[in-house]
Parts: sequence; structure tokens; C-alpha cells
Amino acid sequence: MSPLDRIANVSVLKQHEVDKLYKVENKPIVSTSDQLCFLVRPRIKNMKYVADIVNADKAMGRSRKYKIIFSPQKFYICELVLEEEGIYGDVSCDEWAFYLLPLDEDLLSMELPEFFRDYFLEGDQRWISTVARALQLLNSLFGPFANTYGIGRCAKMVYEVWRELVEESEGDSQARRPEISHVFLMDRDVDYVTALCSQVVYEGLVDDTFRIKCGSVDFGPDVTSSDRSFKVLLNAQDKVFSEIRNEHFSNVFGFLSQKARNLQTQYDRRRGMDIKQMKNFVSQELKGLKQEHRLLSLHIGACESIMKKKTKQDFQELLKTEHSLLEGFDIRESTSYIEEHIDRQVSPSESLRLMCLLSVTENGLIPKDYRSLKTQYLQSYGPEHLLTFHNLKRIGLLTEQAPGETLTAVESKVSKLVTDRAAGKLTDAFNSLARKSNFRGISKKLGLVLERKGWLGLEEVVRLLNGNEFAPTEPVMEENPAWEAQRVILAVFLGGCTFSEISALRFLGKEKGYKFIFLTTAITSSARLMDAMLEAKV
Amino acid sequence: MARPRRPQARDAEGGSGKRPGQPRGDRGRRPGGPWPVTRRTGPAGGGRFTVNDGSGRGGLRRGTLRAEGEAAGTSRAGIGARRPGRGHGLLHGELGTRWGRRAFYRKFELYSMAWNLKEDLRDCLVAAAPYGGPIALLKNNFRKEKSPGSRPLLEIYSASGVPLASVLWKSGQVVELGWTASEDLLCIQEDGTVLIYNLFCEFKRHFSMGNEVLQNHVREAKVFHTEYGTGVAILTGAHRFSLTTNIDDLKLRRMPEVPGLQKLPSCWAVLSQDRVTIILLAVGQDLYLLDNTSCSVVTPPGISPHAGAYVQMAVSFNYRYLALFTDTGSIWMGTSSLKEKLGEFNCDFRAPPRQMVWCTRPRSKQRAVVVAWDRRLLVAGNSKECIQFVLDEDSYLVPELDGVRIFSCTTHEFLHEIPEASEEIFKIASMAPGALLLEAQREYEKQSQKADEYLREIKDQNLLAEAVRQCIEAAGYEHEPETQKSLLRAASFGKCFLDKFPPESFVWMCRDLRVLNAIRDYQIGVPLTFAQYKQLTIEVLLDRLVLRRLYPLAIKICEYLRLSEFQGVSRILAHWACYKVQQKDKSDEEVAHAINQKLGDTPGISYSEIAARAYDCGRTELAIKLLEYEPRSGEQVPLLLKMKKSQLALNKAIESGDTDLVYTVVLHVKNELNRGTFFMTLQKQPVALSLYRQFCKHQELETLKDLYNQDDDHQELGNFHVHSSYSSEKRIEGRVAALQNAVDEYYKAKNEFAAKATEDQIKLLRMQRRLQDELDKPYIDYSLHDTVYNLILDGHHKRAEQLYRDFRIPDKRFWWLKISALAEREDWEEMEKFSKSKKSPIGYLPFVEICMKHHNRHEAKKYAARVTPEQRVKAHILVRELDQAADAAIEHKNENEMNLVLSKCTAATDSSVVEKINRAKAQTLKK
Repeated sequence: MSPLDRIANVSVLKQHEVDKLYKVENKPIVSTSDQLCFLVRPRIKNMKYVADIVNADKAMGRSRKYKIIFSPQKFYICELVLEEEGIYGDVSCDEWAFYLLPLDEDLLSMELPEFFRDYFLEGDQRWISTVARALQLLNSLFGPFANTYGIGRCAKMVYEVWRELVEESEGDSQARRPEISHVFLMDRDVDYVTALCSQVVYEGLVDDTFRIKCGSVDFGPDVTSSDRSFKVLLNAQDKVFSEIRNEHFSNVFGFLSQKARNLQTQYDRRRGMDIKQMKNFVSQELKGLKQEHRLLSLHIGACESIMKKKTKQDFQELLKTEHSLLEGFDIRESTSYIEEHIDRQVSPSESLRLMCLLSVTENGLIPKDYRSLKTQYLQSYGPEHLLTFHNLKRIGLLTEQAPGETLTAVESKVSKLVTDRAAGKLTDAFNSLARKSNFRGISKKLGLVLERKGWLGLEEVVRLLNGNEFAPTEPVMEENPAWEAQRVILAVFLGGCTFSEISALRFLGKEKGYKFIFLTTAITSSARLMDAMLEAKV
Repeated sequence: MARPRRPQARDAEGGSGKRPGQPRGDRGRRPGGPWPVTRRTGPAGGGRFTVNDGSGRGGLRRGTLRAEGEAAGTSRAGIGARRPGRGHGLLHGELGTRWGRRAFYRKFELYSMAWNLKEDLRDCLVAAAPYGGPIALLKNNFRKEKSPGSRPLLEIYSASGVPLASVLWKSGQVVELGWTASEDLLCIQEDGTVLIYNLFCEFKRHFSMGNEVLQNHVREAKVFHTEYGTGVAILTGAHRFSLTTNIDDLKLRRMPEVPGLQKLPSCWAVLSQDRVTIILLAVGQDLYLLDNTSCSVVTPPGISPHAGAYVQMAVSFNYRYLALFTDTGSIWMGTSSLKEKLGEFNCDFRAPPRQMVWCTRPRSKQRAVVVAWDRRLLVAGNSKECIQFVLDEDSYLVPELDGVRIFSCTTHEFLHEIPEASEEIFKIASMAPGALLLEAQREYEKQSQKADEYLREIKDQNLLAEAVRQCIEAAGYEHEPETQKSLLRAASFGKCFLDKFPPESFVWMCRDLRVLNAIRDYQIGVPLTFAQYKQLTIEVLLDRLVLRRLYPLAIKICEYLRLSEFQGVSRILAHWACYKVQQKDKSDEEVAHAINQKLGDTPGISYSEIAARAYDCGRTELAIKLLEYEPRSGEQVPLLLKMKKSQLALNKAIESGDTDLVYTVVLHVKNELNRGTFFMTLQKQPVALSLYRQFCKHQELETLKDLYNQDDDHQELGNFHVHSSYSSEKRIEGRVAALQNAVDEYYKAKNEFAAKATEDQIKLLRMQRRLQDELDKPYIDYSLHDTVYNLILDGHHKRAEQLYRDFRIPDKRFWWLKISALAEREDWEEMEKFSKSKKSPIGYLPFVEICMKHHNRHEAKKYAARVTPEQRVKAHILVRELDQAADAAIEHKNENEMNLVLSKCTAATDSSVVEKINRAKAQTLKK
């Protein structure tokens, strides 16, 4: 499912006399229509595709009307490319200021997966202002943000651009009571570890296994146990899903069977009903039950499918390795596990992920491993991954240990973040949720900030996080206890966030009585992070 | 930031609703300074002016006339006998009409002129802008001898005759002067060049009316105003007309020839009908209409055949009416479409008048023409009678929206039809509610009980609200503050006896009058009437004040009217600043400081606009200083680029975080600098560099390589070659060559790993090619692993072994690879042989796994027996020999393993196993 489908699906478009939909790619378009409309992200590559199509038409002597709609905004560079390709005069351009796609009740996505690579790898800041505008949009809808915090360079830039926007438009906004009390901006590169770990909550697993696209997932025949595949929207509206989405996978089966039993009893109630009750039952409850039934069987099917796949790949062992990496023991064993993983060609992105996880947790690989793992990988998947490795090195995901950076120093760095007893109580709760210690990373930081109203006292942690944090300088306004209780916190992830992270914050919110709203540039996962780094053949 | 405001879409003459606002050149976001200051004025006929003869001084004459249908009217005609206490010497005239209502006209003095003219007006070329605009005089223009001492002198005065500027005319012979809608002076020269000056005689620009004019000369010219802007029409010596409807968007139109025209037309005018500009000209007794394509002869309806030759014509302010004067002294009045006759008047004077203009008022049914001869002024309507005045000296008529201004060497007067409200109140013995209220208030001040009587009279008729309204309205028509006050006082008095009279009209009238009185002041000299002021809008008025550099007054007005800072004060300050930067006698620091001090952070101020102005004046340093105050980098960059401060621009663009801006600068700089310097510049700006690289990656691959070369980035060069080895190169030779380049670069980058890996790839490519040739199967582009795998799959074990040795494939990998491939081939025999070739570096569990994966339990069992003891349980479970697995687990006394076996058991089939394990567990527990 694409973002467009969530807004205007094919049938709606057809109603508006759209003849046919094409994917913008390097292919000629066979169509008799005399108008073509391109809905594109403002990328140079897309401009080239458009130019090819237009030029091909020109060569054939066809004349059509062309319209390019840039979403969310037009970039100067795109116009420049159009001009260089000699078709600037043939097309007309428009902008569709589409910033936020609500994926769920508490989740807004900008659907900009390219943000991660563009900013963190290429150093391209083009999306900064886009995010700032999205913030400004929320700001104008829900009143001023009371407190804004951020970690990371990008967060800082977004914050600054956004402040400028606010100041520019200050004239026409009236003082309103803020509906969002805290805003946290976080760079993805502040914490790669969480994203690189396997996800163990249900929603995360579904994403890892089936890839959730725009909040919807395609369950194939092996899940639906029929010959058709089903598209299912995964959100809070799905009663079954909303109960299990944030659960550790091991609990999900129990949950589902309990649910099945409940459903059965509800079905069973119809025994011993008189006619009138039966009529009531059929007219009012049965439909809901049927629906629930259908969803239940789908999720059970999904679980089975996940189980099947995960056991095949020795999911347990994988988790064990990840765990030892995080805790920093049995490094040797983990390294050979990864090696074997590569040798057996289990999966290119999985192997890469494990290598990165090893590198991130160990602050770089020791030179011998660095070379041998890379050689193995190249032998398995081809030499073009030399460039992939270069990318990973540049972004800091897969590096060689520098002589001075001893392991112990790094260990203390990670452990500082992970096993700080002061905040232990809070984070212990997560152990039941997911046995992933670093999971605490982000949530702990947030929790502390919330408690201490600022980064004060956290200098130590912050220093380790590259020191690009910021907090409002002016004193926080007097908070009214009445709405203190129902504080709404906006968590902005720059570069994407995983479902596990969302689950963690939802959990934290439930524990502490906050309501979290998530704004992410895109939903990500370890596989997506790796894919973004790949330098594959075209 | 001050954005240009949209002109109010009002009509020159209220109610017609047909003419849209004048189109403006600069729409969109051009904040700050140099927008055309005057946005909209109604059309005005800037006609050619001829000067009257002088004649004796004389008071104003009053003409009383009687309407045809209204005999009783005469008795009241003496409206000139005014109520006492109304100071200025105004007299009234009255014109009757066919429609029964009579119209009264009055003429009163606006100013006595401050100028001290030594010349007669008739010796000068004169142009006065409508809406109380400035007056331009070109003296000595008609002298033929061009000695340096007698050069023409161009002088500009305010409407009150205060000199604004003057300049010695050094250009060619001027034919005509005229004002644009934005109060710029157009000087149309004989050679067809039009020079544009501002109010202060500062030259702005020039344009030409076409080459054809050069030979034939411009004989006559007219400046006119339409919805398209200010236009110029010329008549050449070849008797041809050319015109442009908008001098800001110059498109010359040459009008068609008038057949048989041998001499200059006796008179002509520019008409605007349905947005088409046409020319009406008279030759003797013939009238011709010239449009874009054709010339047609027209006859005004209802004109007497003996009317004679046309000598003068006049078009009304709004282009709707036309008046024609013939040499028999007959004046024909009608619509300018020549479809309807409105009236006719025969006067005794046959001499061609100096000037003829319309005198109308918006929303009035009355139409009158003012005709001026050397010493006589005549107001004629559709009536047998007329009003006549004697002119003491040369006078010049300026048609306005609601009347006619008449100025001479000494005075400046306004002649207009008296609006209804004023008439009702001031008419002798008027019993109109307004008149009674005014009287009541006067009596009240005298503390006379008559006040109550008057008031009661109004109240009895339930007309008090009407009375108040009349007084308020009439106050607007008065120029004399005293009269205004007394009317407003009356209104205020009346309001006290009214419930719920909405106060807005009163409050606004007070405010507007205060503004009007301020600008009508003799020092300011903008004699706007209320109607003109409303038509012009406050915004345009402010712009005009700014144009006259009356910044303090403009700011005061903004503050007084409580206009938003954004629209008002900020804009004016910005203008002030733009003017300030032109003061060359002050140092850059001083000016920048002064500007910042006054402007501070006033909202809506665009420092970049001011800086742009400074740059235009050649003060680059000042511009840079001013830009420092500009908070938005996006606004700084374009100007910095223009000033060729690309480095600074680049810094600012990067600061702004706006990639578009960075790209703009980068690509600008790219064209501006030579390649080397350009690359060096980028070097210092990583953000810009990475952006440019991205651009190059898609658009200019070669440049990308140059970029890397420039900074000796061998690593990236290596990557570049690797990339091209599989993306752009198709032939093996090319690919090898690219890879070889990469190897060299990697060595230079001291990246031995990458170099070795690439060398291996070259080796592999060559090998694959050989394999491909020999085995006739595609191998190219497989990874090493896949190559070997495929070889084994096809049974080329020897070759596989060779690759294994050549590329030093680790044993573990090779074993994994080989057994997987063999299993896929189902070559169990070869697998067994392989397993026995030497001790397996990966153990034998993988053998079991792979056999089971391919559903060969029989083979799997063979290997299960060979696995190490630690893996035995797993192996047995894999081949589904739970019993043996249990045995192994029990043997190991490993509870985890036992549990693992247990978890695989199903109650139905494996009860014995379960029992066995449970027993063993129990035993272990005992111990």
C-alpha cells in the first residue's frame, strides 16, 4: 500500500477520470491519453525518468500535456534538471504540501524513508525544512508546544528552522492553550542499537516478517490458509491487533488462545437463548464477533507463519547472539556465529545487520574481524558491496576499531546508558516487555528528561551522545496540575523509528500516565536501515 | 516585511462596477521598498494645454438659471446668498436639467499659490496630476533660440505652489508633459523619446515611441490613464497615430491611417471602451474613429447639420461621456460610444476654447462641461442657461473625479457640483432635517430654547437619524475646518437624542477629515476631496506621501488610523530607509546605524530590500552591513549573489538550512568562477560539496570524478570506478579496466583491503569469462560463492576446487557451500565421498541438517552417527530419532537437552520416550 492509496485509492482516482496508473520508473509509458500527471518525490532520478518519457514522446512526435506534482514540495534542483533535460517548457509543475499521514491514532508518518539515507549518509539537509514545516503544521493545529527538547544535530537544525517558521507566522496566531506539552526530537543516529536488534514485540515481528507498508500488511496464502492473500490495516481499530501489538511475542500465543476462548464463549451464549435474544444477538453482536473471528484467525495464521520462519532460522540463537553482543560477552562466539551466518548465505541484510550490531556495540570491529567478515561478505554477495561497506563506515555503523578506543571504554559507555541504577526501576519494566536491554536507551532518556525537566544532571549521558542536545532556555511555564495528568508528548523521530520503539514508549506512557504521539519521517526496521545503505546493482 | 497591498477594486466613478483595478507590474512577493508607490488612480485626461489670455481681475460671477420644467425654481436660485458664518468666498451657480432636479455648482479657493511665477502660464508647458497631484512647468520651452542662458527649465510644484524641485532641461524639444498614475512625470520629446522623471526631477528611465517618429517628429501627444496603466498617444508629422496603453509594459501600436488626411486634425482624444483603447479625431466637420485595425467615420446622434466644424473635444474622467465644441459655438454632449445624446448647448462664443473638461460627480445624474477661454469660464449643462465666470488671469483646468480644479498664477480653486447633502443643509430656508439640526445646535449653543423647537420638528417627523447622517456626510464635502466642525457638532448634538445610532460613521468621518485637513495643509499641498480620498484609498495616499518624502506625516497618519504596523509604519520606515541609503554624505557605519536604530526589529521590515537599494546606489559595503540585520538568510542570499559575494552567500545559505538556497548559490557560483576556484570554494563547505556531489552523481559524472581528483580523494575515486565497473561499463574489458583503475586508487588511498578485494574481483571476472566461454553457461556477475556453487551444481568439481584454492576460500565456507550444492544436486554419493575426504571443519551436524532439508532421512542418519557427542541430541532430533536422542541426553545427564527432547515428543507416539526421560530426570533429581 502506498501513501496515495491511503488518501485516494485507485477506484477514487478512476472516478476522477484517471485512465491508468503507472509507477514512475525507467520505462516508457504506453498510453493513448493526451495528459500525463506525475506525482513524485522531488528527486533528481524521478526528473530523469520524466524527462525520458517526455523526450520519447517528442521523438515520436506525440504531444501531450504533462503535469508534475511534487510532494511535499518542489526543489529548485528538480527544475534545474528539467531545464537541463530541455523539457522545462513542456511540463507544468505543482506542489502538494502533503506532510503527515496518520497511520494510527497515535502515529503520524511523513512517509519519507529517503530521509535516513539523504541526511545521515549523504549529508543532504533538504528534508530538514520539510520536517520543520510538518512541526509547524502541528503547532498551528494544536497550539504552541510548551517544551521542546532534542538530541542530535539534525534535531537541532529542525528545531531552529521550525522556530523561524513560528516567528514568521507569529503575527496571525493567537495565544492558545497548548495541547501538546512536550516535544522530543531525536536523531536516528543517536541510537542505532535499538533499531538494529531483532524486534520481539508482535507488531515489530510482523513488520520484520511481512513488512508493514503504510500501516497495512499483505498476509499471503500461508497466513490466510486459503489461496488468496489479504490486505489488513493494522491499527488501533483492529480490536485483536491492538491488544497484542505491544506484547512480547512469547505472550502473544497465550493471548490469542485466551481471546479464542472468549470468542467461543460469546458464540456459545446463543445456546439457550430464546427467539428474541437470538434476534438481538444476530443483529447486533454476531457481525462484530464474526469480524473479530476473522481477524483472530488471521493473526493466529501470522503467528504461525512467523514461528515457522523464525524457528527455521534459529531465531533463538539469533536472539542469544544479539543479547551477548549487547551485554558484551562471548564476542568471539558471536563473531563466528556471524561468520557462519554469512557463509551459509542466510540473508544479506541479516548478516549485514549483525555485523553492524557487532561494530556498534564494540565500538568498531577489531581489524582482523573487520577484514575477514568483509571478505566473507563480498565472497557471498558480490564486490559491489565494497561500496556498501564504505557507506556503512561513513555513517558509523560498521567501523574498524581505532587503536586508542579500547573495548573497556566503550563498554562503560554503553553500560552507562544501559544499567544506570537510578533509572533502573523504570526500565526494569521493559525487561518483561522485551528482553532487550538497550531498548531502554531512548525511553530512559525521555523518562529522565520528563522528570527533571531538562537535560540538567544528565550532562554525563549527553556528553556521550555527541552533545547536540537542547532544551528550552526560558523557564518552563507554570503547569496546571489539572492537565498535567493528561500530558500529551510528541516524540519526533528523525530518520525513522521502529515499532519496538513505539511499543516501548506506549508502555512508558501507560506506566506514567502520559499520552505519546509519534511523528516519524518513516517507519523503519533493521532491514530497512540496511537496505538504505546498500549499493546494489541497478 | 511590507507587501504591496491590492488596490481596492473601486470605480473611478462609483457604481459603474465595470472597471477592474489597474493591473500592476509587480505582483507577488516583493517586500519592502521599491514598489510603485502609487497604485491606482482613476483615469484622467492629461490633455494638451493651451494658455488663456489675461483679462481683468474679477470676482466670481454667479449664474442663475432656471430649469425648463420648473418655473418656481428661480425664486430660490439665489443660493449664493449664503448663510452667515461660512468663511471662504464661494459662490454658487445653478443649472437646471431636463430631469427636474436642479444642480448647484460652487467654486471655492483651495490655495493662493505659493509660487512666484514671473512667466505667464501660457508661456509654459503645464501638466498637473489628478487627485491633487503635483504640477509640472516647463519654462522657455517655446523659445526657438537655444542659447545656454535660455535653456528650458523644468519645475515641479505641489498643488499649493510649493516648489519641490527644478532642473535645467538639457534634452531635446519637449512636446508634451504628463503624469503617470504613480506620479512620475513623462516628458514626451519631439523625437519620440519619452523621459521619465520622479517628483523631484530625478531621471528614472526613458523609452521610445518608435523609430518612425524620428523622421516625422511628434506633433502632438496625450498621456492617458486606463485600467491597463498609464498610456501615451502621439500624433506624428505624417498624420499617423501611435499609442501604448501601458508604459511599464511597453507595446507600441501604430494606428491605421486616416484616409485622405492632409493636415493635422483640429482636435482628438483617446477613448477607452470595453478595454479597447481607440482614438477619436476631428477634421473639420468630420469625425473619425480609429481602432486597432480600421478607421471609420462617425456622426454623433442628434447633432444639428449646421453645427459646423469641430474645434475642441473633451472626454470625461471615466471615459463615459464626450463633449464636442464646434466653430458655431455649439456644444454637443453625449456618451463616448456616440450612441446617445445627452444634451446640447449653444453659447455665444465661437472662438475655440482654450480648454474644455467635464465636471461630474460620482452617482450624480448631472453632467456638465466646463469650457475655458482666455478670460471666460463657462459651465454648461443640458439647459439653455449656463453659469459664467470671468477669469482674471491665465488659468489651467484639471479634471478630477468629482469636479474641476482651476489654477492660475495666484490662486487654486475647485469647482464642483454641490452634493445633495450639502445642498439640503445650506440651501436658503431649507427645511431638510440636516439644516434644522444644524440650526438647532446653533440655538443650543446660544442657550436658546429654539433649539428644542427645531429638534422637536425633526423628531416629530422621525427624521433625526437622517439629519445626523446628512450632517456627517456634508461635513465630508467641506474644506473649511470650521464648517466641518459645526456640521460635526450638529451631528454629535443630534446623536445625543438617538438610541443606538451606530457611531462608526461619525468616528470615521472625524478621522478621515483630520487626515484630509492634514494633507490639504498648504505645506503638504494635496487638496484631495473626500470622494477622491475614498477612491484613492488610504494606502495609496500613504504611498503618495512617501513619494513626497513626507515620512513623519505618513507615520503619524498610520499611527492615528491605527493601521497595523505591518501595513503602515513598517512600510514607511522601509521607504525612509531606502531613501536614507541614498544620502551619500554620511558614512556607511552612520547610515547603517541610523537605520537600525530607527527600524530595530519592527515587524515587516525587510532589511534585504533596503540593502538592495543601497547596492543600487553603489554602496556595497553599506548593503552588506544592512544585510547583517536581516534575520532571514533566505532574503540575504540573492542580494549577496548579485553583489558577487558568493562566499558570504554560500555561508548564509548553509546557515539557513535551506537546500534550495544552497543549490542556487552553488550553481550560481559554478558559472561565476572557474572550475578550480569553484572546487576550492566547495572544499570549505562540506554541506554544499555533498549537495553538489549528489547533483553530479545524476547529472555530471565526469565532474564528480574531477571533484574527487581535485581533493585527491582516492578512496572515493576507487568507489567511483567500482561503481562504473558495474553500472556504466558493459564489456568485460571495460569493466576490468575500471576495476584496475579502482585498484590503483585504493592503493593510493592506502586501503589495501579494498584493493585486494578489487583485484580478486578482476581475477574472478576473468575466470568467469573463461568459464562462460568453455562451459557455455552464464557465470559473469555471480559472486564468488555463487560461481563455485553453480560449478558444483553442474558437476564441475575440479574447477570448483581450483577456485577454492585460487581465491583461498575459507574451509568452512567451502564445506557449507559444497554440501549445500551437492544436496541440491541430490548427489548423495559425492557428498559421502566428500565427507570422508578429510575431517569436516564444520562438523557433521550441517550434513544432517542439509540432508533433512532435502528430505533424505536415510542419508541424514548416516551423518547423525558421525556428529560430535555434544551435538548428538540435536542430530537425533533432526532425523526424528527421539529415542536415541533421549538416550544421548540421558547419557549426557543434561537436563536442558532432556527438556528439548521432551518438547519434541507428542503424547500419542512417543510415550515410551517421555517415560524414559522422566525416569532419568527423576534419577538425576535423587542424586
